[in-house]
Amino acid sequence: MEKMVNIFLFGKKYEVPENLTIMTAMEYAGYQLVRGCGCRNGFCGACATIYRIKGDKELKACLACQTKVEDNMYIATLPFFPLVKQVYDIEKVKTNEAVMMQLYPEIYACVGCNACTKACTQELNVMQYIAYAQRGDFEKCAEESFDCVMCGVCSSRCPAGISHPQVAMLARRINGKYLAPGCGHLEDRVKEIKDGDFKDLIEALMQKPVEELKELYNTREIEK
Amino acid sequence: MYSEKFQKSIAAVEAARAQNIAYEPQRMTAQEKIDLLAAYHPDYRKDEFTELTIGPNKGEKVPTELAEMLQAHSRITADSVDLSNPDYDVDVLVIGAGGAGTSAAIEAHEAGAKVMIVTKLRMGDANTMMAEGGIQAADKPNDSPAIHFVDAFGGGHFAAKRELLSKLVCDAPEAIQWLSNLGVEFDKEADGTMVTTHGGGTSRKRMHACKDYSGAEIMRTLRDEVLNREIPVVDFTSAIELILDENGNAAGAVLLNMETKDMLVAKAKTVIIATGGAGRMHYQGFPTSNHYGATADGLVLGYRAGAKLLYADTLQYHPTGAAYPEQIFGALVTEKVRSLGAKLVNTDGTVFVHPLETRDVCAAAIIRECNDRGNGIETGNGLGVWLDTPMIEAIGGEGTIEKRIPAMMRMFGKYGIDIRKEPILVYPTLHYQNGGLDITDDGQTTNVKNLFVAGEAVGGIHGRNRLMGNSLLDIIVFGRTAGKSAAKAAQDAVVGSLTLDHVTKFEAEIAAAGIETEAISPKLLPNYTNKANI
Repeated sequence: MEKMVNIFLFGKKYEVPENLTIMTAMEYAGYQLVRGCGCRNGFCGACATIYRIKGDKELKACLACQTKVEDNMYIATLPFFPLVKQVYDIEKVKTNEAVMMQLYPEIYACVGCNACTKACTQELNVMQYIAYAQRGDFEKCAEESFDCVMCGVCSSRCPAGISHPQVAMLARRINGKYLAPGCGHLEDRVKEIKDGDFKDLIEALMQKPVEELKELYNTREIEK
Repeated sequence: MYSEKFQKSIAAVEAARAQNIAYEPQRMTAQEKIDLLAAYHPDYRKDEFTELTIGPNKGEKVPTELAEMLQAHSRITADSVDLSNPDYDVDVLVIGAGGAGTSAAIEAHEAGAKVMIVTKLRMGDANTMMAEGGIQAADKPNDSPAIHFVDAFGGGHFAAKRELLSKLVCDAPEAIQWLSNLGVEFDKEADGTMVTTHGGGTSRKRMHACKDYSGAEIMRTLRDEVLNREIPVVDFTSAIELILDENGNAAGAVLLNMETKDMLVAKAKTVIIATGGAGRMHYQGFPTSNHYGATADGLVLGYRAGAKLLYADTLQYHPTGAAYPEQIFGALVTEKVRSLGAKLVNTDGTVFVHPLETRDVCAAAIIRECNDRGNGIETGNGLGVWLDTPMIEAIGGEGTIEKRIPAMMRMFGKYGIDIRKEPILVYPTLHYQNGGLDITDDGQTTNVKNLFVAGEAVGGIHGRNRLMGNSLLDIIVFGRTAGKSAAKAAQDAVVGSLTLDHVTKFEAEIAAAGIETEAISPKLLPNYTNKANI
């Protein structure tokens, strides 16, 4: 017999097997999820959840699909949080801190409470990446925020009203497009294809009998 | 930390590790692969397939669970929907907001079309978001689109539609450039050279990656771009039936608000199906690496409107789904783990297959190892084999795992397993729908005008098996193509009066064929209520 624990979904008590995640526990309890359920594997940020273990002062945040239930866990899902997403043209955007002052000036009102970092479901150093964004160090901001799933829990805890995931999104796009080194072999290959350098080779493959293609495939050289 | 029952086997794996790292396993011959697949791959289990008795693919076999959906009743009757006063009227209607749908929408918007996206859950709730390993493109000097073609054609058992595959490989470098220009952060050397690795079945290292968040990084960037362009996105809204016009051309869709259950009508000059895959159908009872909404909706919509399917009988079982712990049962363990040097070993610590055989071959080899050969490890949820992740750091140096596959480290770390020091348990998981709607190289279905398809809902690009990294590629290449083609077609399209007669006709076919079913489709979401597992 599997061991059962008591959990409280939005305050209501349910008894569920202790080996379930919060998400599967909700389903076990009978919820047919529409909101708050996406990839079920920790990549999409749909299932942000806050909880408190009875008697514990600390309010914790997690992804429901990645977290096991515990006895006396009080659970509230946060399937949507109103982040501020500023619209911009990636082709015309400034690539230094001026863009942050223009689009997300509230990041300069950060009070350094570190509540964002403590709340992060991915254990990222959120306050640090905001600091990088403030000073226009987008490469570091991008690196530090890379694993962000944009669940929004950080922003729900922020007294300054910062939409951290959107700030990081902007920084990553600027870094990827403008600051990261360009790629010569990619540009060359795109040009070669446009110039038709591979046209004959491909055309020949299109016409070849399957038997010849099998031979080609089965005897091809594989790079070490 | 693993419990006591695993320790003996782990000790065997550890003892053999140094030797296993040095050992280069033989690749199988063509004949060995054919025999292995026939004996052990789930696609070859005849009793799991059912012949379709109605519709465009009548007489062909598909997975039994899919047959039930394809031959099910509609969620509506033709006379229950008022088509005279559409709620939306656009040029291009994109159904689905994963990588293919958003790419299509961006290109259609770029071409000047009035485009709208509808999506069942949120924008980005899609298999794209969960793709970890990477995206292929032949952009290195020792590689070429022709070599990429041969790798993919052979890996797909010589069944791909060549005109689709040639488009895939020839447009690949430009797809990477397009993403890069949108701000996607590919792993690069200091001089800008792409960091590329092998995938199963590749003959050149052409796997581009964004750590092991490749799909997530692409998806969130595309999503951000859709928002920047202020393309309307109607989320939590499913398409439940296509609308045709009196000439039989696609002309919109009937929509269902997933929360309020309100029914809406969208009229469009062209329609793009970008609804993704089918993992949540749990064919043959397999767990899945797919997102919550992967229920083959697009195949059902298209089929009922008369569009043909191609290779709907072939699915991809990713060799390395997590087999333990049970909380992540079936979750994807990226192929990149093997690209970086980890090998598959059995309970005795013996390497039993080359880690970079194609996915179908690797999956079949794992099933053989666990079943007939009895060399699997009992996990508590069934059997599994070891994927010896500590090899990665032994080969690539300390820190490689954290830098290259942080998501994997985190996923197992949450359950107390440090993949830098301990191996992990894996077993095949339902991963990808190889088949789908049949298209021409402009993305249009072969037999319903103004109906376009992109992404996993397409069949024929990869043949009967797909190589790692060619799916992220296909959603971009064919998503962009569908968007451009649909925008162009919309310029000339004259939409006649709207009709759902095809729904009535299909219902009559069900009755005439004597199919007795209570099933309705599309399925929209799996039902996991009151179940302890999955």
